[in-house]
Amino acid sequence: MSIFVDENTKVVVQGLTGSQGRFYGLRNRAYGTQVVAGVNPKKAGTDVEGIPVHATVKEAVADTGANASMVIVPAPGAAAAVMEAAEAGIELIVCLTEGIPMHDEAMFFNRLRRDFPGTHLIGPNCPGLLTPGKCNIGFIPAEVAKEGGPVGIVSRSGTLTYQALKELGEKGIGVTTCVGIGGDPVPGTSFIDCLRRFEADPETRAVIMFGEIGGSAEEEAAAFITGEMTKPVVAYVAGVTAPPGKKMGHAGAIISGSKGTAQAKMEALRAAGVRVGLNPTEAGDLMAEVVAAL
Amino acid sequence: MDLFEYQGKQLFARFGIPVSPGAAVSSVDAAVEAADRLGYPVVVKAQVQVGGRGKAGGVKLANNTEEARTHASNILGMDIKGHVVRVLWIEKASDIEQEYYASFTLDRAAKQHLGMLSARGGVDIEQVAAEEPDAIARIHIDPVDGLPEDACREWVTRARLDPRATDGAVAILLSLYRAYTEGDADLVEINPLILTPEGNVHALDAKVSLDDNAAYRHPEWSEFGGQESLDRREQLAKERGLQYVGLDGTVGIIANGAGLAMSTCDVVNQVGGSPANFLDIGGGANADVMAGALEVINSDDNVQSIFINIFGGITRGEEVAKGIVQALERVELRAPIVIRLDGTNAEEGRAILKDHESDRLVSKPTMLEAARTAVELAGAGEAR
Repeated sequence: MSIFVDENTKVVVQGLTGSQGRFYGLRNRAYGTQVVAGVNPKKAGTDVEGIPVHATVKEAVADTGANASMVIVPAPGAAAAVMEAAEAGIELIVCLTEGIPMHDEAMFFNRLRRDFPGTHLIGPNCPGLLTPGKCNIGFIPAEVAKEGGPVGIVSRSGTLTYQALKELGEKGIGVTTCVGIGGDPVPGTSFIDCLRRFEADPETRAVIMFGEIGGSAEEEAAAFITGEMTKPVVAYVAGVTAPPGKKMGHAGAIISGSKGTAQAKMEALRAAGVRVGLNPTEAGDLMAEVVAAL
Repeated sequence: MDLFEYQGKQLFARFGIPVSPGAAVSSVDAAVEAADRLGYPVVVKAQVQVGGRGKAGGVKLANNTEEARTHASNILGMDIKGHVVRVLWIEKASDIEQEYYASFTLDRAAKQHLGMLSARGGVDIEQVAAEEPDAIARIHIDPVDGLPEDACREWVTRARLDPRATDGAVAILLSLYRAYTEGDADLVEINPLILTPEGNVHALDAKVSLDDNAAYRHPEWSEFGGQESLDRREQLAKERGLQYVGLDGTVGIIANGAGLAMSTCDVVNQVGGSPANFLDIGGGANADVMAGALEVINSDDNVQSIFINIFGGITRGEEVAKGIVQALERVELRAPIVIRLDGTNAEEGRAILKDHESDRLVSKPTMLEAARTAVELAGAGEAR
């Protein structure tokens, strides 16, 4: 088992004809992912190394049965691309694009939440997600991962997602699914969304989460873990030594109170029974202990 | 991008929010000329992007030409928490009967916009929020719906402002929400929003933070740029489009991704070193970006070793390696490099670097080992 994606996931790539889209679309396919179509209205009817390019997501879905989309278009077109995928009935939208204006993100997140409750968005500005051996959508270098479980990974930072995979891979610990949720202001998927799914997934028996300073997503995850997680969780929070950012105005401070620092996040997680490593390697070591005791 | 008060007020004025008449000036003579033209009394306000300027003596009331000259010459060039005052905003003084607080920003937890309004405006709003959270009326706004007038009015009523302020506050908040959304701001804040004895409501201050990601659709923002007080390293990094924060340690740090860059600083600290900076070369960085990053690090005299920590996803290892080789050809690096290269095309990258390895370019397989080596080299550098 896995969460979000498996061997039956069929991916349409919005942006397949761009240089990034091509590189990662083909790399994901080479890994074994069913990359079934690309979308570009100007290049409909062509193909990218055998992957057919359609004019619209709707046509791609009708033709190929795609149920997931990877959005890898430039930021100005990302909001329209996400909405197009939702309107075409795509169940899982993985938006890799970075640099999307906050107001666009807030708008399409709330549109999806209201009008497309059956659609799930991961990202934007995320590295994607990987179910080792079955499906890789996005940038994650899958070769460092060992398939099969028992650990699920969720991370806010892209590169730390890879680091988490590497730490577990080196210890011979398998991974059910690894989700990079991205660190943008309005992520489509939160730590809690992933923790809830990992809790329900029988093959996942422990979860490692990598957070970072800013916002309150880790504190919210800690509250969820206290109330609803029975599986062990190991965490790492980046930014212990980061200098306090220069923040204008008072609104942010009023909303977050004392939350947001690495220290506050680690304390909240520890209070929830989470074992917290002080660096990625230490978190990997802690997970090895957890797995050995399963 | 954070705006100065006077820039924020220019933005507000464009959205129809009433602000006091005033002028931005950068010399004492221009300040006096503006003050004479506006008519006394005026307020001479330091333009700095840091709080607490009033307490630091950066805001003064002038009742005549002589006082305007004295205050302007005292405040221009003043250092307020490391920010040197280069611009003054000369503003017609207002009679203040009441001070309110108003803002819009994103509530990340709710994933909706949040408006906050309080009858208890003024300098200590964070303290008010901590001690009497009920003194701040909040409204969550679904961006799909926006802020309808009736909801805005209900919100203003909840804030219990003086009844004379209600209509003015509603009008200003509706405009402020437009400035926030159409203006692509991360934050708009008015503190204080004032009620005058005549019953008028207007913005006496303006804090605006613009979303850099939206710059592509706001060509008019170019007029706001280029006024931050950056140190030399930060200026150099900005020119190269790099995410850089200067610190005061000896290990120069280059990583891809903010999370990994922060984590790299953490690990350097844990093994007994001190980071000279935070530098994120971003996703998909190519050879040129890497070479530019090394130039920035090289401009920092404190740097005794350089730790390049790359885990390629979207960043490709061979590009990173090419950049390092290019930089070695382009600039005389003062400090040795320790590199840890992993992920996408890491093997190709390591192969490129292999021919250039020496005691000045060391490759290590893990983040911890690389950090230890970088810290040792930094210590040896300091000892010299």
